[in-house]
Amino acid sequence: MKKAASPGFLGANGVAAPTRDIPSSSIGEFAIALVDHVSSGRRVSALFAEPDGPSLQMTAVLSDDAFNLVYLLRTRLDDPVFPSLTPKCPQVHLFEREIAEQYGVRPEGHPWFKPVRFHRSWRPGRDAWGRPDASDPVVGVTDFYRVEGDEIHEVAVGPVHAGVIEPGHFRFQCHGEEVFHLEISLGYQHRGVERALPGGPTKRSIHMLETVAGDTTIGHATAYCENLESLAGCRVPPRAQALRAVALELERLANHTGDLGALANDVGYLPTASFCGRLRGDFLNLTALLCGSRFGRGLVRPGGVGFDVDAGRSAEFLKRLDEAERDVRNAVELLWETSSVMARFEGTGPVPKSVAEDLGLVGPAARAAGLNRDVRHDHPSGFFRYSHVPVATWHTGDVFARAYVRWMEIQSSIAFVREQLQALPGGGLRAEVGPLAPNRAAVALVEGWRGEVCHFVSTDPAGRFARYKIVDPSFHNWTALAYSLRNQQISDFPLCNKSFNLSYCGHDL
Amino acid sequence: MIKALLARFHQGHRTAPFPEGPVNVPDRLRGAPALDPAKCPDGCRECVDACPTGAISAGASPLQLDLGRCLFCTDCTQACPQGAITYTPEYRLAVRRREDLRVEGGRALQLAKALDEKALKLFGRSLKLRQVSAGGCNACEADVNVLNTLVFDLGRFGIQFVASPRHADGLLITGPASKNMELALRKTYDAVPAPKIVIAVGACAISGGPYIDHPEVLNGAGALLPVDLFIPGCPPHPFTILDGLLRLLGRIEEGRPKGP
Repeated sequence: MKKAASPGFLGANGVAAPTRDIPSSSIGEFAIALVDHVSSGRRVSALFAEPDGPSLQMTAVLSDDAFNLVYLLRTRLDDPVFPSLTPKCPQVHLFEREIAEQYGVRPEGHPWFKPVRFHRSWRPGRDAWGRPDASDPVVGVTDFYRVEGDEIHEVAVGPVHAGVIEPGHFRFQCHGEEVFHLEISLGYQHRGVERALPGGPTKRSIHMLETVAGDTTIGHATAYCENLESLAGCRVPPRAQALRAVALELERLANHTGDLGALANDVGYLPTASFCGRLRGDFLNLTALLCGSRFGRGLVRPGGVGFDVDAGRSAEFLKRLDEAERDVRNAVELLWETSSVMARFEGTGPVPKSVAEDLGLVGPAARAAGLNRDVRHDHPSGFFRYSHVPVATWHTGDVFARAYVRWMEIQSSIAFVREQLQALPGGGLRAEVGPLAPNRAAVALVEGWRGEVCHFVSTDPAGRFARYKIVDPSFHNWTALAYSLRNQQISDFPLCNKSFNLSYCGHDL
Repeated sequence: MIKALLARFHQGHRTAPFPEGPVNVPDRLRGAPALDPAKCPDGCRECVDACPTGAISAGASPLQLDLGRCLFCTDCTQACPQGAITYTPEYRLAVRRREDLRVEGGRALQLAKALDEKALKLFGRSLKLRQVSAGGCNACEADVNVLNTLVFDLGRFGIQFVASPRHADGLLITGPASKNMELALRKTYDAVPAPKIVIAVGACAISGGPYIDHPEVLNGAGALLPVDLFIPGCPPHPFTILDGLLRLLGRIEEGRPKGP
């Protein structure tokens, strides 16, 4: 009979615990426990390593969406090789490659073992691919998967693309117009965020966190601040919590509106493309009305928020929100009534529910495939504990579903923002954040507009960051974009790509 | 079809009357800083110590702020007990020379002058740019892209972002110039036919921004290429970028738009 594996440490979003309470088991038991968790419906929110003397400690963060719980599992990696978990648990495939690249350990049996960001190992002398220390890996140079046969051709795109967009490399294996396989190779935006964070917080930390993904400034800054607050035992004033939640929903509104416009553009439907381009800016300007920055820079700060809203500003905000709601409805509903748009959206780039589940997708991409997961609902923190947002799902998993889920979320976010602004709690804006408790670990989950933002932090005996792990939702979802292109026309790539609209810099860190 | 037409009427005319009309920027916009070194107590370095990017020098030397490094985050103003640094909503910030970004008390920012006559003849009425993000966080990129929307309507100034460097007159670069983009950035620059211009947008592209001195970055586009226009900010407001582009093309001079 199989020995029951330890389920790990039981915690929750935003709760700090002593690091020693996280049980460490052998790699074999760790693997059994992880697979048990995933087959019981939990998700891998993060899997990462950190140095522990000469060896490594590997930690898994598993989210139980049904019971609002977070499990933490640990194992020591003493050898340069460990058995890969990916064959039994596909959603860790990129995490294992990341661990290998950062610390020079090799997951034996990984089916797709390639660099993630093309940087040198963080542990000199140890390289998972056996490359010499002195040589910098060349980004984009890897053994791309190839399909061979008559009339098969390869299309390589990027890193520099046609539009005003971040860099990445896309390799298509095609038969005529049909895509057999797409491989996505990133790392061009790597600027050393995670490597620079241990030893912090420093005066630069919050600014790096605000630029992990500039379009998710509020999402990442909120997760970061929640981690500091739980480590310092700081209670954030309710008014600040409400303003953070408003800012998070404004970020969602701006990006979802922009995405619907961009989707319209990619099927050549210019009215909505043009209107939504302007309306996206109107939502960004609402964030700027709060804090002066269209991306919310300086708004979310440890202990609270940097700006208040008085009655006059609130009235101006609500007036502009009403106008934006009226105009965005007018612009977006054209999409669903235009058969030429629907013909291009429906059935394009499908990701079935089972695949979405296997890959551990998050955010609108997961909800569009019928998965009922939303951190605001499943692991509420901040003001989402008091005020709820309905979870929007659709069942078809195609471009239409990803567009329509965004439209449903736009409507509920507008209602949420209006409700909060009409009845902002009183009280202060910012509480003092004291020193961080030493030898603690905490997890912060925030539903950014692309999906779950997961930050894990552990502190050393001096109360400094020992490890700060950032998982942007894009890290989970890039593989789904590659999947969605299977057997699609290559000319539908821009449309599929826009329907996910993933972050390069959030992935590359 | 009739619904699309009705929607067109509903949405109205939204293009901002720039540069001749009033410019709507948020009242809380953190634009050009105003420095008052007279308020600095002797030897005080509070702002210097608070600045996340080392943009400020003070204490031994007169108070100086490098807008090329500045994130406009106001960590300095919060640290300064005297109020020697304040950020104004002045959005016009673009300059032609890196050293012009180092501002001191009582000295106005030397806003960008137009290209020379020969270059203006080539680019003044039609400027095609290739955008390259080299480690950017997608905030500068987004607020460059927004210039294509009907609010800013970049096309009416003869400026356009093109899909290939071969079709471009220059590059607009964002991000701290990550090492992993070094080769691609050089190749893209080489692919642009000469004469060509380079525009650096945002603190990252000018100095490395929050990533200054990370071994993974080159501290901005200037490390690789000659930069003709610097547009500071984190990210700069779209009107800051548009103002800079139009100044470069001689369409705005001395703070006022130039007649047609």
